[in-house]
Amino acid sequence: MASWPVLSVTTFLPAFGALLIMMLRQEDEAVKRNARWIALWTTIITFAVSMVMVWRFDSGSPEFQFVERQPWLAGTITYHMGVDGISLPFVILTTALMPLCILASWKPIQRRVKEYMVAFLVLETMMVGTFAALDVVVFYLFFEGGLIPMFLIIGVWGGPRRVYASFKFFLYTLLGSVLMLIAILAMYGEAGTTDIPTLMAHDFPRTLQTWAWLAFFASFAVKMPMWPVHTWLPDAHVEAPTAGSVILAAVLLKMGGYGFLRFSLPMFPDASEYFAPMVFVLSVVAIVYTSLVALMQEDVKKLIAYSSVAHMGFVTMGIFTGNTQGVAGSVFQMISHGIVSGALFLCVGVIYDRMHTREIAAYGGLVNRMPVYAAIFMLFTLANVGLPGTSGFVGEFLTLMGAFRVNTWVATIACLGVILSACYALWLYRKVVFGALEKPSLAAIRDVELREIVVFAPLIVLTIWFGVYPKPVLDMSAASVSALVQSYNEALGTPKTAALGRPSAAE
Amino acid sequence: MYQAIVFLPLLGFLIAAAIAIVGARAQHPGGYPEPGAEDHAHGPVDESRHGAPSPHGDHAAVHVSHDEHDHHAAEPAAWGSRPAEVVTTTLLFVSMALSWIAFARVGFGGLEVREAIAPFIFSGELKVDWALRVDTLTAVMLVVVTTVSALVHLYSIGYMVDDPGRPRFFAYLSLFTFAMLMLVTADNLVQLFFGWEGVGLASYLLIGFWYKKPSANAAAIKAFVVNRVGDFGFLLGIFAVFVVTAAVDFDTIFAQAPALAGKPIPFLSWEVDALTVICLLLFMGAMGKSAQFLLHTWLPDAMEGPTPVSALIHAATMVTAGVFMVARLSPLFELAPTALAVVTFVGATTALFAATVGLVQNDIKRIVAYSTCSQLGYMFVAMGVGAYSVGMYHLFTHAFFKALLFLGSGSVIVAMHHEQDIRMMGGLSRKIPFTYAMMLVGTLALTGFPLTAGYFSKDAIIEAAFASDHAGHNPMAFYGFVCTVAAAALTSFYSWRLVFKTFHGQPHDRHHYDHAHESPLPMLIPLGVLAAGSILAGLPFYDAFAGNSVAAFFRGSLSVTGILEEMHHVPAMIAYLPTVMMVAGFAVAWVFYIKSPGIPRALARTFKPVYLFLLNKWYFDELYDRIFVRPAMWLGRALWKGGDGRLIDGLGPDGVSARVLDVTRNVVRLQTGYLYHYAFAMLIGVAALATWFILGGLR
Repeated sequence: MASWPVLSVTTFLPAFGALLIMMLRQEDEAVKRNARWIALWTTIITFAVSMVMVWRFDSGSPEFQFVERQPWLAGTITYHMGVDGISLPFVILTTALMPLCILASWKPIQRRVKEYMVAFLVLETMMVGTFAALDVVVFYLFFEGGLIPMFLIIGVWGGPRRVYASFKFFLYTLLGSVLMLIAILAMYGEAGTTDIPTLMAHDFPRTLQTWAWLAFFASFAVKMPMWPVHTWLPDAHVEAPTAGSVILAAVLLKMGGYGFLRFSLPMFPDASEYFAPMVFVLSVVAIVYTSLVALMQEDVKKLIAYSSVAHMGFVTMGIFTGNTQGVAGSVFQMISHGIVSGALFLCVGVIYDRMHTREIAAYGGLVNRMPVYAAIFMLFTLANVGLPGTSGFVGEFLTLMGAFRVNTWVATIACLGVILSACYALWLYRKVVFGALEKPSLAAIRDVELREIVVFAPLIVLTIWFGVYPKPVLDMSAASVSALVQSYNEALGTPKTAALGRPSAAE
Repeated sequence: MYQAIVFLPLLGFLIAAAIAIVGARAQHPGGYPEPGAEDHAHGPVDESRHGAPSPHGDHAAVHVSHDEHDHHAAEPAAWGSRPAEVVTTTLLFVSMALSWIAFARVGFGGLEVREAIAPFIFSGELKVDWALRVDTLTAVMLVVVTTVSALVHLYSIGYMVDDPGRPRFFAYLSLFTFAMLMLVTADNLVQLFFGWEGVGLASYLLIGFWYKKPSANAAAIKAFVVNRVGDFGFLLGIFAVFVVTAAVDFDTIFAQAPALAGKPIPFLSWEVDALTVICLLLFMGAMGKSAQFLLHTWLPDAMEGPTPVSALIHAATMVTAGVFMVARLSPLFELAPTALAVVTFVGATTALFAATVGLVQNDIKRIVAYSTCSQLGYMFVAMGVGAYSVGMYHLFTHAFFKALLFLGSGSVIVAMHHEQDIRMMGGLSRKIPFTYAMMLVGTLALTGFPLTAGYFSKDAIIEAAFASDHAGHNPMAFYGFVCTVAAAALTSFYSWRLVFKTFHGQPHDRHHYDHAHESPLPMLIPLGVLAAGSILAGLPFYDAFAGNSVAAFFRGSLSVTGILEEMHHVPAMIAYLPTVMMVAGFAVAWVFYIKSPGIPRALARTFKPVYLFLLNKWYFDELYDRIFVRPAMWLGRALWKGGDGRLIDGLGPDGVSARVLDVTRNVVRLQTGYLYHYAFAMLIGVAALATWFILGGLR
């Protein structure tokens, strides 16, 4: 039973589904329907397979599990896969969201359905592969390869300015990719291996750390996205089709954060500590700056995109605190943001599919005709605000707590985000949902249909469940996080919290 | 049993919410527009849009049954309104009964309860559990919350009788009650914060209950955001506590507190006294929730919500959460004298400030709201001078008489067909005698008429402030004493002004007056019960809260200090002072509004700047708009257009792409197809680099 390669199956099952769809010929209604059903079943089965890993995962161990290793190229590069407590949550997040994305695209996508489903399935393989790869080159291939389907999804099925958006997306990511590749080469030159676990244990010299850290940072910071390289995100979101936005916000943004946790912190601890103040500054700027910008948006999707940047600011801040709460909080925040922002984009999709506009001013008073939608949107708005009892709170709380232990200025300014997020999120909700229904164009709008409820239901459950009982996620990552924090602090010599003058009693 | 107290309202919420959703779904089925079917716009039009909105548009539904002349088509009541009411109200009454049992057992029986429910957040040293903690302090809050909530549920059955959204309303009320109970039973700061934000959410939902009304929506957001400003401090306070004690649960924190006294921690760029900064940060949260000076602006606006909500949330329970928090954390505050001085100062300032604004307001609910603000200030003065149990005493009595005043006002408002301006009232005592009598009881209790509940608790606060000053504990105590005494006179004046203008004299709006009528029984019973409470909550509990058995009653649940002993030795003159103030306020009000009603107008004319200053609430809203709201919006726009647009994009992608496009324009035609080129180029690039690398690896 334990012998079958569950991780590889999870990774490549979607690609297999994509192959099946590609074998369909022509473009008529029957083919469209088949493509949809194949995609849906593929993603559901993939999710089921990934749940086997949850079932068999030993959360007490910080080691990589479900490891598969095959020599691949040139005797150096191995097909090395495995997950630990930090990557497994992201794998599950990906596989869990995919069926929902396929369902969400069921009716809105009517053009080139076959290609669309293929792009999504390939994207899933790439994303799972990114999180599961244990060889830098394999990681790099998945990481960069994932951009291509996303690029196509925006460029082909996107809105009117899709060319500009995908071009911007491409330009930003290109530079980072090249730099990261160079850094990988340099690391190989130094350590003589591309194996991630070995590299994590390797003690890189100070200068190389600095340069490699910067090169990786260039790539990951764009992905996060961190201020000031975030401006591709609002455009990409605005132009992407709903499901594209969901995946972009929920999973692709997490690759950057995952990269920091997998590479920057364990491989370049000295550089991480050296650059931490810079990351803190960029993070708090992101939180305050983009929250303020979000306040003024006139486009629903842009507003949510900017709020995503702000929330990712909490993540980067948490990661570089280098303490348990900060790191565990940022993992949790990423998972929670994946659920919540994905759901918010789905919420926008619901009204966009009905009205074909994203302008906030075109809406108002939806609650009068869409009460169930209003309730769903309210829940996710509150989760976005970080209300305790929703998953949004736990991540924010932990990252802020981690930051407070390291630097009170950072925590204090970042905490302003708590106020500002309430401003923009509730303002948006009020403009779109509350008020009297006065616009004639909205007079015939109808509430969410069953398919949409099915899409939202799991997200609703998870948002509340993880908000009240975040233990499953926190426990899954706990051992790996504490191992990471421990090795990071050992590499630095001094525990960071000592800077606070008084080591806490439990330490 | 304790879990039942807390979770029965949650159950009620879930049932009512399910009813509300199912009902709404039945009325508005889901659907999906056919592609290209936008011409549906002239299709069926929502029922609610028939008929022009009336000036009281949002009250229209409530309006209907009372007004025979009303010609608006009423929205039908939501499906399941009655079951939702009955279920939530019944569950609340059960919860109330259990609470009183708990109060007897814990307060007088000496029991202390800790019930772990489930783990919440575990991360490294941070361990947070869901747990119930019921000690005397909590038990007091339990009875206050469940009693007022149960009565308000009952009252709402009458008050909201014609509202189309009743299941939703009762769901929100029960949700609020649940969150408030989680707050008061919290065993650690994080769960306290959960309840804290939960009541904030319920408050937001209930203030904005009439969602068609723009002013209600604005008030709802304002309430939430201003509270969040306080929560900003609260959160930082929790973090600071965790940094110095490595725990967030009360027992551990209190155990470590004495050792922390006088220890510094670095905060921002300074070395500051740990406990002082912690207490001040946490107090910031209390200021937001309890609408204290500077963070008070949301409370008057919150009166946009239905009146039962004002009684429950914005008078008796939620706004007292800040006071409860200080009492709960009194072992910390007790060790931070500077923080206590700040608490006293803020409380005293609020007590006086809100009372001055209350003098000239004309909206019946806003007068009572400012009065609430002012009375909360009293409670904080008590906390600040170390008389924690006395502050809780006032919280306890205030819950009864202020809920009574609000519900009484609601009864007046219903009688007046949703007219809230006291200038349009007058002479109502003849039309609604029962409400009048109840309002009189509430007013007597509020102003501190001898032997009513307010008399005992308010006088105790003033005495405590004086005694504290006398003993030299607190540099702000004298200020607190002066402000509370002055506010006592003002309280009496505005309270009697309200009564005289509403119930006495000649009616100012004949039409409404003629149709005025007494409220239905479900509204009158709660008035009667609360009126009884407004008298009985005083003397019988004096010993436990402010007398000789405080230590035995509260045991370890809050700090009991020497001030309680000292306050019994204040000069007799001081003890009589509040009563004198009360009589003076009454006398002036009587002269102004009964004897010679021309005086107020003349005064307002003579001292116009002062009058306008007070009428406009010291111009706080305008000030905040100028220094916070507009700059934030300006900054947001500037950062968006200038920062993101011009600077980052201009120098970054747009600049680069402009150059690239210049080059490629001649090479590749710009069509959709070019995207594939890029994707392909990228793939080749990746492959090429990988190949190069592999070859490098071979060597």
